[in-house]
Formats: sequence, C-alpha cells, structure tokens
Amino acid sequence: MAEHFTKSAARNIFYGGSIFFLVVFALLTVHSHFYIKNVSTDESTLTEAVARGKHVWERHSCINCHALLGEGAYFAPELGNVWVRYGGRENAEGARMGLKAWMRAQPTGVAGRRQMPQFNLTEQELDDLIDFLEWTSRIDTLGWPPNDAG
Amino acid sequence: MKYQTQKLAYPYFVAALALFLVQVLAGVLAGTIYVFPNFLSEAVPFHIVRMIHTNALLVWLLLGYFGASYFLIPEESECEIHSPKLASLQLGIFVFAALAAVVGYLFGIHEGRELLEQPFWIKVLMVIAFLLFIYNVTMTVLKGRKTVVSIVLLLGLWGAAIFFLFAFYNPDNLALDKLYWWWVVHVWVERVWELIMAAMLAFLLIKLTGVDREVIEKWLYVIVGFSLFSGLLGTGHHYYWIGTPEYWHWIGAVFSILEVVPFFAMILWAFYLVYQSGRNHPNKAATLWSLGCPVMAFFGAGILGLMHSFPSINYYTHGTQLTAAHGHLAFYGAYVMLNLAFFTYALPALRGLQPFNQILNMWSFWFMTGAMVFMTLTLAFAGILQTHLQRVLAMGFMQIQSQIELFYWFRLGAGLCFLIGAVLFIYSALGPVREQVTISRYSQSPSQ
Repeated sequence: MAEHFTKSAARNIFYGGSIFFLVVFALLTVHSHFYIKNVSTDESTLTEAVARGKHVWERHSCINCHALLGEGAYFAPELGNVWVRYGGRENAEGARMGLKAWMRAQPTGVAGRRQMPQFNLTEQELDDLIDFLEWTSRIDTLGWPPNDAG
Repeated sequence: MKYQTQKLAYPYFVAALALFLVQVLAGVLAGTIYVFPNFLSEAVPFHIVRMIHTNALLVWLLLGYFGASYFLIPEESECEIHSPKLASLQLGIFVFAALAAVVGYLFGIHEGRELLEQPFWIKVLMVIAFLLFIYNVTMTVLKGRKTVVSIVLLLGLWGAAIFFLFAFYNPDNLALDKLYWWWVVHVWVERVWELIMAAMLAFLLIKLTGVDREVIEKWLYVIVGFSLFSGLLGTGHHYYWIGTPEYWHWIGAVFSILEVVPFFAMILWAFYLVYQSGRNHPNKAATLWSLGCPVMAFFGAGILGLMHSFPSINYYTHGTQLTAAHGHLAFYGAYVMLNLAFFTYALPALRGLQPFNQILNMWSFWFMTGAMVFMTLTLAFAGILQTHLQRVLAMGFMQIQSQIELFYWFRLGAGLCFLIGAVLFIYSALGPVREQVTISRYSQSPSQ
C-alpha cells in the first residue's frame, strides 16, 4: 500500500472528501433550518415579547450559570423546561407568579447555597423573559430532558 | 531562526501566556465559588468569572496560533513575512479588543451568548485583526515555497475566519440560534482548529525528528482529511435535543465514532516519527509536549467525547458535569498542550538562547497534565453521580449539588496544582536565564 498510496492521492482524497462532506453538511443544515421553522418550533407564537425575552436572557448572560436545552455552565439548574417544572402547563398564572417571586427574592443569602444575583428586572422584562422560557419549553426536543428535574 | 520576521511571533507568545494566566486564575476563582458559593458573589458573580475563563482561553489560543504562524510560515515558505507592520497592527488591535472585552465583562457589558459574549464592536475588531492576519500570511505563502504544512495551516486559518462570521447571526428563534451557534463553536474546535493543530504538530515533528518531510506531509493529509470527514457531520452530536430532525441521532453517533480516528492516528504518527528518527533533539521538553499533546487530545477529545456521543447515553448525560470533564481535558490536550509545545520549541530560538530551563519546563508539564487528568476524573465522577440522581431518580438540581460537593473540593485542589504548573511554565519560558550558553552550536544544528 505504501508504494501505491502517494502524497498526491492523499491530497486528492483530502480535498474531494472535504468538499463532499461540507456540501452534505450544508444541505442537511438547510433541511434542519426549515424543519425547525415549520415543525419543531411554533413560530406563530414567537411574539415580540418572546424575542425581547431572549434578549433579556442574553443581556444578563443567564447561560453562564444556567443551562438551556442542556448547553451552558451547569452551575445552576436547566431552564429549558423550567416552565414545566413550575407547573406552567397546568397553571400558567401560578407558574408566572412563582418565577417572578423567585427572581425578585434573589440573592437569598442562604449560607452555603449558590447565589443568583439580583438583576433588578422591570415588570415588563420579567414578563418577556418568562414568555421566552415558556416558548422554549414548547420546542420539540424529542423528549429531552428525561424528567422535570431538567 | 533563519528569518528576521519570525521575531514577530515573540510578542504574540508573551501576550498569549499573559492571557493564559488570566484564564487559569479565573478558573481557580470559579472553582472556589463552587465550594464557597458566597465568595465575591456581589463583586464578581459566577457568570462573569466563567465568561472570562472561557473567553481568555479562546483568545490566548488564537494568539498562540497567530504567533506560531508568523514563526513557521517564513521557514516553510523560505521568505520573510509580507508585511511586519500589518502584523504589529494586528497584534495591537487584537490585544486591545481582548483587554476591552475583559474589562467590559467586569462591568457587565457583553452579549451573553455562551462563548460568543464579545460585544458587537469587539467582534468587528476581531474580524478586522483576523483579516489583516489572513491577508498577511496568505501573501507570504503565495510568494514563497508552498508546503503541505503551510497550505493546511492556511486552510485552518481561513476556516476559522469564515466560520466566525456565523457569530454575527442571532435569530430570535432559539432552536435556529443553536443550530448556527454550533457552526462556530463545533466547527471551530472540532474541525478547523484541528487543521491548525495538525499543521503545527507536523512542523514540530519535522523540526524535532528530522524525518523526511514527504512522509510526514502525506500522513498530514490523511489525518486532516479524516478529521474533516468525521468532524463536519460530527456536529450532529450537538443536534440531538435542540429541535432538529431525528436523523441527526444516527449521523451524530456514527461520525462521533469516526472523530476518534484522526486523534488516534496523530498519536501513532508522532510516536512513530520520534521513535524512527532516533535523533536526540536538544529541546527535550518540546518533544515531551509534542508527544503528550496527541495522547491527551485522544483521551480528552476523542474517548471522553465519544463516551457520551451516543444519543441513548447522551439522553441522560447531556448537560451534566460529564460535559465539563470532557471539555476540560479536550481543550487542554488538543490546543493548550499544542501551543505550549510550540512555545517551548520556539521561545529559545526567539530569545537567542539554547533550550533552557528544560527541567523546570518538564516539571510544569507533569504538574499541569497530572492536575488536569485528576480534575477530569473528579468531574467525571461528579457527572456520573449527577446523571443518576438527576436523570434517573429525578432529584432537584440544587439538592444534588450538595451531594457532590466533595468532588468540587477535589477539583479546586487540582485547579491550584494546575496554577502552580502554569506559573512554572511561564517562568521557565520567559524567566531569567541562569546559564547562558553561546548560541553558535544550537543555531548551526540542522534541526533548528
């Protein structure tokens, strides 16, 4: 094999193969793009408030403590399903009030417990953020996470 | 050192090592907050510390690649860097952007997307610096000798620049956001950076072993080919639970297995070449790092990554401390060790010295590598326990955290040992030289 397998053969395999896989990856991404828009997420309910809530989430870098759909810092709980964990599917108003109360009560100052900073969100920002988390909980994640604990 | 412009690498390496120290200090601080939750919770909350830890890592690795390119491209191309002025300008812009970012983070100014937290104008400055760099090295390669090492390196650098552009796209739809976020995050670290890694390693192996370039370069093509074939579709293992179609499950699993192949090939390649050459290069520390790098990359990025890439396993382990374990050893093995290998090789030449403080440098190797392996093991144990309690028994997140605190203590200890190793490395690389031997013998050696 050593004699037959030349450097230029290796080079051609490298370029040809790379282009092939890049094209396949790009095509599958295009398909996934439309799948997300039309099947797995509900874009009709992606309101201005949800979009604003996403920016509240980003502005305070929640992802660098919490995880969202399993990605993040794992320092604080998963929030992709926090809406479900707070019982939002059964009692939306209760979940909303619970989440707001929780964020307003921070930091708890309990000794030995991780502290969430007080971000002083306005009523509007709190509502937007919760709308975003509620929308996120309805993304079709193929059954992940395994249970409400996140 | 044969070319004047290779000196351009020196300030890059110094800046990279300074940020390396920032990164490790932020890491130790984050580890401290894990065991003393109220530590600095008002002044520098955890999410800011973590942002500095990850961002400093990415930026210093990039600075290392830039510096390494300026060092190796003149030798590969057999001509001077196209424009030394542009190189200095680029360094200025990049370091300014990095410092501005860190200071901004401390005041809570950021865009808050994990790893892509840099504010818009800093991202723009980074792109400008990147473009200056790409232009500069591409012109140099075009006018000189074109080797496989420099071509593969250029492809990696171009890829890094192009895929970074996806960092500017932030759709309101979270699932779409995540789909393209991985185009930067995965395609960078599991793809184009691997091209850069293989090219830099090939250069080190050519210099350290003196084995025929033809042989090294042929296998370089094979390795980077495999890494691209497996790694592009390997992105699939991040697409399991974010609203993407189910076919990513089997694509992710199959190509994740293949992702191990180039790492294993790199080990065989490095050890075979060093063994075959039988030549004793005076810079033993550089050889140690060059051999350690593919080994730790194989375990950290390859094996630990593979272990929870199967959707059936990932369903339970996704987003636990197991991911943190894998991330730490993967980045350390593949990219930190690679840069430290290159610094160990190039800095004596840049400073006009014989390889010096080698014993100290090798101690730093064992300190850092040992500490990182221990840290990975503790986080892996924590992750396995967490997986069971959280995903099987459905216990609450914070309840579990108090059960696995012991592991966080171990991790903090490992972090402190790593800090000692990092300080030893910086001292051995940049510190005072006790025994300055004349440079003549070293510079005449063909292996330089």
